[in-house]
Amino acid sequence: MSLWEYANPKKFMQTSERLLPYVAVLTAVCLLVGISWGFFFTPDDFRMGSSVKIIYIHVPSAMMAINAWVMMLVTSLIWLVRRHHVSALAAKAAAPVGVTMTLIALVTGAIWGEPMWGTYWAWDPRLTSFLILFLFYLGYMALWQAIDNPDTAADLTSVLCLVGSVFALLSRYAVNFWNQGLHQGASLSLDKEEHVSDVFFFPLLICLAGFVLLFVLLVLIRARTEIRLRRLQAIEMRERMG
Amino acid sequence: MPDLGKYSVEVLSAYGLTVLLLLAISTLTWVRSRKIRRDLEQAEARLKDG
Repeated sequence: MSLWEYANPKKFMQTSERLLPYVAVLTAVCLLVGISWGFFFTPDDFRMGSSVKIIYIHVPSAMMAINAWVMMLVTSLIWLVRRHHVSALAAKAAAPVGVTMTLIALVTGAIWGEPMWGTYWAWDPRLTSFLILFLFYLGYMALWQAIDNPDTAADLTSVLCLVGSVFALLSRYAVNFWNQGLHQGASLSLDKEEHVSDVFFFPLLICLAGFVLLFVLLVLIRARTEIRLRRLQAIEMRERMG
Repeated sequence: MPDLGKYSVEVLSAYGLTVLLLLAISTLTWVRSRKIRRDLEQAEARLKDG
């Protein structure tokens, strides 16, 4: 069976309907177990104290902020190359979830930054590129709203998504090639010097899975809504034409 | 409840805001999904009735 079969709205609706209950249960389990484990049953860090508990929400949301944009980039490219409407609608559906993840990452980062760095905000490469990514998300959603013709909107937002991908990549790799700023390197690095201790790592891994699943769940529901909305608009158009 | 010491305000506010934002996007997604689904069902019923 070809992957492109899922670009058929009917097939997408059938498959996603079957998947949704499983994804919902897995999301709830992972978020409950991961966050409870991290919040209640992990020790304080010897330098950061109890503020280390913010890692269980900050790192997963930051990763999903970038990954959501990458997913939008892939689906936008599919739209531009193959003109599959489901892929354009999936990108549109992902943006509000991505912007929420970005906002969570920015806010929890600021709250964590104040006691650790002595400031809520610094024009650090990673923080700045994240803020620009947040603005790109807002611009992307505004562009979808601003254009009536759905195909034109999908074309223009896809191009905006390509441009914004520079900042999504910068958000991820800025700390590696700009040796300045306050933000640390990757929390989940394979490098033993940067890697977080196992006592924090395993609950963090479950929280990551929970955030990924929550993203998938919300995007599936929102993409289904967008497909229904497209059908509704077609019916209303037909009614108006008499 | 774990003893959060001097960072209790930071930790609790970070978790509180995260839960609030995740609940907001989940609720908005669910409410809009139900509304569009209902509207589409009504429109399809109208279409069927001619």
